Amino acid sequence: MIQAILVFNNHGKPRLVRFYQRFVKEIQQQIVRETFHLVLKRDDNICNFLEGGSLIGGSDYKLIYRHYATLYFVFCVDSSESELGILDLIQVFVETLDKCFENVCELDLIFHMDKVHYILQEVVMGGMVLETNMNEIVAQIEAQNRLEKSEGGLSAAPARAVSAVKNINLPEIPRNINIGDLNIKVPNLSQFV
Amino acid sequence: MLNRKGRRWGADACVVGFSGGGVGAEFGDPLRERMVVPSLKLQDLIEEIRGAKTQAQEREVIQKECAHIRASFRDGDPVHRHRQLAKLLYVHMLGYPAHFGQMECLKLIASSRFTDKRVGYLGAMLLLDERHDAHLLITNSIKNDLSQGIQPVQGLALCTLSTMGSAEMCRDLAPEVEKLLLQPSPYVRKKAILTAVHMIRKVPELSSVFLPPCAQLLHERHHGILLGTITLITELCERSPAALRHFRKVVPQLVHILRTLVTMGYSTEHSISGVSDPFLQVQILRLLRILGRNHEESSETMNDLLAQVATNTDTSRNAGNAVLFETVLTIMDIRSAAGLRVLAVNILGRFLLNSDRNIRYVALTSLLRLVQSDHSAVQRHRPTVVECLRETDASLSRRALELSLALVNSSNVRAMMQELQAFLESCPPDLRADCASGILLAAERFAPTKRWHIDTILHVLTTAGTHVRDDAVANLTQLIGGAQELHAYSVRRLYNALAEDISQVTAAYTVQKTSEHRALFLRTSGLLS
Repeated sequence: MIQAILVFNNHGKPRLVRFYQRFVKEIQQQIVRETFHLVLKRDDNICNFLEGGSLIGGSDYKLIYRHYATLYFVFCVDSSESELGILDLIQVFVETLDKCFENVCELDLIFHMDKVHYILQEVVMGGMVLETNMNEIVAQIEAQNRLEKSEGGLSAAPARAVSAVKNINLPEIPRNINIGDLNIKVPNLSQFV
Repeated sequence: MLNRKGRRWGADACVVGFSGGGVGAEFGDPLRERMVVPSLKLQDLIEEIRGAKTQAQEREVIQKECAHIRASFRDGDPVHRHRQLAKLLYVHMLGYPAHFGQMECLKLIASSRFTDKRVGYLGAMLLLDERHDAHLLITNSIKNDLSQGIQPVQGLALCTLSTMGSAEMCRDLAPEVEKLLLQPSPYVRKKAILTAVHMIRKVPELSSVFLPPCAQLLHERHHGILLGTITLITELCERSPAALRHFRKVVPQLVHILRTLVTMGYSTEHSISGVSDPFLQVQILRLLRILGRNHEESSETMNDLLAQVATNTDTSRNAGNAVLFETVLTIMDIRSAAGLRVLAVNILGRFLLNSDRNIRYVALTSLLRLVQSDHSAVQRHRPTVVECLRETDASLSRRALELSLALVNSSNVRAMMQELQAFLESCPPDLRADCASGILLAAERFAPTKRWHIDTILHVLTTAGTHVRDDAVANLTQLIGGAQELHAYSVRRLYNALAEDISQVTAAYTVQKTSEHRALFLRTSGLLS
């Protein structure tokens, strides 16, 4: 079982915190800090496995982590999980983020923390692996985003309509259209752009 | 991927300006219009927080915003509620209090909009748990959402239930989840299956509800459903011997599924580095281990397939190695043929020499698991294990230490102790205590002679005296006391040790001993000086 999934940057600032085991909030924060200190001590060319810190349960639990540029992705797991399997799972999660955000970077995780949670929820649920097929995960996220967009939200729809119309390349519209005997006056559309 | 680059605002830029005016226009009362500050979008708040130069500044920004959020909650504004909660969840991640958002989660979950439910359920998962009375109040909403037939909403409800569902909630909602197990949509079904696993963990009696559908679920082709089903069956078997016996009859089917995966090759969407769905393969192998343990017939059924996987899996990438390790552990845990067991341990021995540190780590961990049951097989790899003591990686040397200590026996004790003593001198500080006590324990069990034993203890005391437990000293006293013929020898050794290095333990010990054997000591020191 996966106990927790933590993402923090090289300075220990949390970017994603998800616990699948009950901990009081103060302990949660301590675990994040403790995990960061344990992981930071590691050089880059040693193995990706660590004993868990004392707060999260000690030697019964392992911290399995990967370091990508400015971010550490840490999965805290118990002995029932395959260590090498979890390494691949972290990679699946990060590649899925990459597909959903188009060349994901730390800023995406900072400004869209909620979306990162929604994506994670399609990979891991209740501390167990739910789905590892990236195409399926991305398709689901896109369907959910479409559902949200269709509901509009307060500012989303009108603003998007405004910007969409702004971007339309309207061809030059003649003032009058002469079709033989008929003379149609074209109304002035400029008030809408 | 994940490189530094500039921020992209895109279409959001025009939204930022738009939302400000929108809020003001909502409240008709001109007095309130002046008092109400336009509510920040989540991105704006994050921007402000990042702009803070000090911790105190950050705290100020957040406290100010939380006051607005509280006011907004008090006013019961339904339109912005989802945005307010999103902001609250962000500051919660940074460590700030967010308990006043708990009831808002409930309101958002009860809303008909997906946008609201999405944030509301996330809030419930992050802020609520069994300790809060409020958690029960979402049971009804979950029940409604599960039965409405809107897949993304059902997905949210199941996700929340499997994360923070209490025993009471699980009992209430088990019938709903059961219905969803055999519904048409794989998306909902795979989530319902994992929710069932959670429910069984909370309320073991629910096993009787979720056991019957497993047989049918195992016939599904969808990998997500299969993965969940294997997890569910594993949970059921681990909890009940009756379930274990019941599921032994699906061993042939599991073997068939695994064989199909192994022989399919690089063709499916689920392949990782050319291995077909390694996650599913690993889960099946774990279940086979549980079913084959202590059961001849099941073990026999899976023997050929395990041999096939052990010999044919591509080990050039991590995914293949994950499958191979699981196969090895399964082979060793069931009643497998002797030849297969030898093959398995040799695979581990080979992995000890792999250049990838992660592989060496898992190999050491696996050998540690086998050292009790297959001691002689693991002994064959002792030289390589001892080599791993010299690893610079602390995780690896710790594992190597545990394994080395487990491999000490009466025939190799002298050689092993030499290696371990050498390790003690240079090992990382946090391993010193474990190493010292491990050496002393092994010495006690396997010491070939008393003199060797005394030497060993003395060496440990001088090398790592401060890391040694007090009873080590008492043991040494007893040992020397019981070996009259070695008194002179031991006192001489003690004196030398004291002359070299006055560490606490040696000093304390020497004082104690000399008071007991004052005459002997005076004579000896006279000899030496």
